[in-house]
Amino acid sequence: MQLTEIRVAGFGGQGVILSAILLGKAASIYQGAYATMTQNFGPEARGGACSAQLILSDSPVLYPYVTSPDIMVVMSQEAYVRFAPELKDGGTLIVEQDLVRVSDTNTNKNIQVYSIPATRIAEELGKRMILNSVMVGFFTAVTHLLDADAVRKAVADSVPKSFLDLNLKAFERGLEFGAIALTAPPSAADAELLLEYSPE
Amino acid sequence: MKADPRGVLTGTHFIDGDHACCEGALAAGARFAAGYPITPSTEIVERFASRVPTVGGTFIQMEDELAASITLQGAVWGGAKAFTVTSGPGFSLMMEHIGYAAMTETPCVFVDVQRGGPSTGLPTLPAQADMMQARWGSHGDYEIIALCPNSPQECFDLTIKAFNFAEEFRVPVMFMMDEVVGHMTEKVVIPPADQIEVFPRKHTHKSVEDYLPYGTNGDQVPEMAHAGEGYNFHVTGLTHDERGYPNMTPPVQDKLVRRLQNKIRDAADRISLFEEDQLEGADVVVVSYGITSRVAQRAIEAARESGLHVGKLRLITAWPFPEKKIRELAAKVKSFVVPELNLGQMVREVERAAAGKARTFAVSHAGGGVHRPEDILKVIVEASRCQTA
Repeated sequence: MQLTEIRVAGFGGQGVILSAILLGKAASIYQGAYATMTQNFGPEARGGACSAQLILSDSPVLYPYVTSPDIMVVMSQEAYVRFAPELKDGGTLIVEQDLVRVSDTNTNKNIQVYSIPATRIAEELGKRMILNSVMVGFFTAVTHLLDADAVRKAVADSVPKSFLDLNLKAFERGLEFGAIALTAPPSAADAELLLEYSPE
Repeated sequence: MKADPRGVLTGTHFIDGDHACCEGALAAGARFAAGYPITPSTEIVERFASRVPTVGGTFIQMEDELAASITLQGAVWGGAKAFTVTSGPGFSLMMEHIGYAAMTETPCVFVDVQRGGPSTGLPTLPAQADMMQARWGSHGDYEIIALCPNSPQECFDLTIKAFNFAEEFRVPVMFMMDEVVGHMTEKVVIPPADQIEVFPRKHTHKSVEDYLPYGTNGDQVPEMAHAGEGYNFHVTGLTHDERGYPNMTPPVQDKLVRRLQNKIRDAADRISLFEEDQLEGADVVVVSYGITSRVAQRAIEAARESGLHVGKLRLITAWPFPEKKIRELAAKVKSFVVPELNLGQMVREVERAAAGKARTFAVSHAGGGVHRPEDILKVIVEASRCQTA
């Protein structure tokens, strides 16, 4: 895997940091690559701006910070406004579609946008807190950066046992949603239809 | 001696440097910590507080850093391996007791996860500006050992080394992390306990009658006895004789303080750990440590790509400073470039050891972030063009 810079951002309580940990763990422990994760520390707790930086590579990561992200996952409008401009030309933007309104200003950078109502999907599955597992599944499907099995293992050994099944279900749901999004990158209207789609 | 498996969390983990440091301490056999938690070191004792009861040990959250830094020494004299954890403002408060540990030859580890200073400074942001304080912060003449990890894996590996050095030389060891390394999450491999070498307490084998608490047996490091074992027992920060009793005369002072210094200096070659790369034929050598060594690597690679002969010397041990290595290199290279997250600390040591034989260039940074690799590259280019001193 080429050196890939990823930023995950949202507000505290959405599982922003855990999402980055899951992806980093999948890469470094279950896929034999290198991963370095740093998080922006501030006085915020739940509700405050929260962001994690993750660098994946086939060779050891030296510089620990993201300078020009290839992939960005944003789960709040505030995070979108603050971080989206730093996304690289030709980069990938993954958004929580109910919480982020993507403006046209990014389009001239040839950015590929993938949207998912991760929070709603998590709520449908019974617990809003698992939206990060949905997001991580979606990320896995649309970026092709990590083996789904590696990420699945990372999810399995990182979440509390009592919520294991739920998180795995959330991960699979995100994965499926991503597979569909890939075949037809959804407009906002399409996304509504996708949400109603259920493979079961 | 092999590590006690109860403290070793064998496996492959994705954890930050703070947590890895805690696991290193547990693997090394630390069963006591006293601390006054402070950002960015808090996660170390937070983890220790939850982990240590499961392996049979104690964490005490103290009322302040003065109490923490002396309580741990009580635990050591009671037989435990012990440490404390802090950051700049707390490290300042611990200085008196670091001197006490040096004087009483109490083996222990002080972890300093460096943040921006002076004073309260930048609680959540990095610096490497406590390096001189680690060496000279307490009054009087003494020697300590200081190690600088540059990754979570090294936070684990070198914490064990820090405890081993502390026990072998009966000296306080400073574990000089920085906020980036402390809060950075990477893969950390913890080997099985039977693959971890742990230096046991230098406990005396002498009888109660024959034992002298500060008697040396030729190797400059006295053997210990613990409180409550029946040995005559007296520990004082006052200048003391071999019995441990105060004896405040110039000859006793001279003998004691020189021994405290020489036990480290005479072993400096063995304690001085560094990583070197392409020093042979180098015109410029970049000397760095901690997180800056990783940032500098990018600049080194860019400089090499443009045809410059750049070597790398990464200090794993900061104190005792590897002056012999620098002296040898100074005779062969044009210049040294020393990037660090302070306004010039270890660079002075490089300059001193180079003794005018090679030029020394600082790449200073006031802290709060890391260098931009291009800023280091600029100085490497400048240093490669300079006339030999």
